[in-house]
Amino acid sequence: MADTPLQVTGSRARQETPSVFEVLEGATKRSVAAVQDYAELSFRAVTNLATGPHYFQDTLDQMDDIGVGSLPIILLSGFFIGGVMVLQTGAQFVRFGQTSLTGDVVSLALVRELGPAITGLLTAGRCSSGIASELGSMLVTEQVDAMRAMGTDPSRKLVTPRVLATMLMVPLLTSLMVFVGLLGGCVASVFSLQLSAVEFWKRAIKILEFSDLMQGFMKALAFAFILLTVGCYKGLTVRGGTQGVGRATTQSVVISSVMIIVADLFLTKISLYLANKVF
Amino acid sequence: MAVYGSIPQAGSPSAIQFRDVRIGFDEGDVLRGVSFCVQQRETLVLLGETGTGKTLTLKLCAGLLQPDGGSVEVLGQEISGMSEEELLKFRRQIGFVFQEGALFDSLPVSENVAYRLYEDHVPNKEIEPRVREALRFVELEHTMNQLPSELSGGMRRRASIARALINRPPIVLYDSPTAGLDPVTSQTIITLILRLRDAYGVTALLATHRLQDGFALANFHFDPYSKRVVPNSQNGNATAAARAARTRFLVYRDGGVYFEGEPEEIANSEDPYLKRFLV
Repeated sequence: MADTPLQVTGSRARQETPSVFEVLEGATKRSVAAVQDYAELSFRAVTNLATGPHYFQDTLDQMDDIGVGSLPIILLSGFFIGGVMVLQTGAQFVRFGQTSLTGDVVSLALVRELGPAITGLLTAGRCSSGIASELGSMLVTEQVDAMRAMGTDPSRKLVTPRVLATMLMVPLLTSLMVFVGLLGGCVASVFSLQLSAVEFWKRAIKILEFSDLMQGFMKALAFAFILLTVGCYKGLTVRGGTQGVGRATTQSVVISSVMIIVADLFLTKISLYLANKVF
Repeated sequence: MAVYGSIPQAGSPSAIQFRDVRIGFDEGDVLRGVSFCVQQRETLVLLGETGTGKTLTLKLCAGLLQPDGGSVEVLGQEISGMSEEELLKFRRQIGFVFQEGALFDSLPVSENVAYRLYEDHVPNKEIEPRVREALRFVELEHTMNQLPSELSGGMRRRASIARALINRPPIVLYDSPTAGLDPVTSQTIITLILRLRDAYGVTALLATHRLQDGFALANFHFDPYSKRVVPNSQNGNATAAARAARTRFLVYRDGGVYFEGEPEEIANSEDPYLKRFLV
């Protein structure tokens, strides 16, 4: 080691450039470790529900922040998505003189697919990023360590209440989005396709089966879990100070959005299988 | 001020014992076989340049990090092999003052100080007087409803000390409590550490790069009658805890213990590395 602060130490001077194999090996190990850590955090977030202590007030606060806070963007988006759906599908049905089918299509699309997916993506953009930056800031300012030093498990205090709140709120937000989407579709069909509002609602409700609702809610629950756990994981693994917090925030939105879209495919397949076999 | 915890008895087993402790990260080893011992009621001043492992030592002592090798024994418990669940219970006996305070920035000062009491489900009627008492001790009673962002750097450290002492831990760990503060505020913080030591007989591990902090602890004590810090030569009114208090120094260099000894030894040392701290 150097005797003066400006002297270059021997060990640093001898550092060698790693080979391509070593770089790949390091990257693979880091990826596997990240998946393992994410799985462990997600597992603990759920198993914490079975044992105390529970933080009910924190859960209520998060329900307010995630649920009520996301309401305006969900309602606004839902209304216009419903309207756009009617305009797009209606334009095709007009060619066959079957505009009355618009209500069926919009209803199925919103309940099965667009409701949970758009709600998941919008909530990921708003909440996953917010949670990642909040927890990341707490980590870099040693607040998470302070919590541990005072005998509190951060996964219980910070992650589990958010998981519970998100999984309760996202299905509710999805329901509201579907309703408002149908409302927007109804308005668009009345003014654009000259359909009667009663006809639109009748068909929109009649076409729905129990399996459609199950599919929608199952997706909403899965997307809620994904967006929340990714946000918490990225926040609690921040490295590199405030710059790292910014990076984690962006990554949490990107990763959770991609995971939601990928999971959507598999969940759709599973739902269709269950709809045929069980319901 | 009422005493909620018990003052450790002199002559009882050592409060902190490090045996051949090793820890490293991707960048290399930081501590390479560190051994030392802190007796009950003793204050060990941990000196070293930036990056020598002072904060790591404190975090190992609180069980926030696990060593790669060796053993860490605190209050007679071997903590290097404990599970996180056991560590969460153990840490309730430790007070930790982080470098920047690490106060929860979304909570007012009073709730930060009361945090541990809330976690322990202490009755609400008992919490308020204890929080006031702790804040009075650090002369911050008027900041109860303020947020940490509204406090100065020195006030945040004092609030952090109040949070650490709220449940009268037998051991308090200070991570560079005077770093980045002006000389007057630094003196206020050291006075508080002296008062805490002399009023409650706490054992302390204090990481710093300011030798004068250690000398202040070694050469002064708190006079409860004049409520002032006075030199040890005027120890007529010193409390029993102040008389039993002892201060020693430990200097880190190159991942190991470079010096361990009494204040006089380091003050009179001709070693060029130790002299850097004297300057």
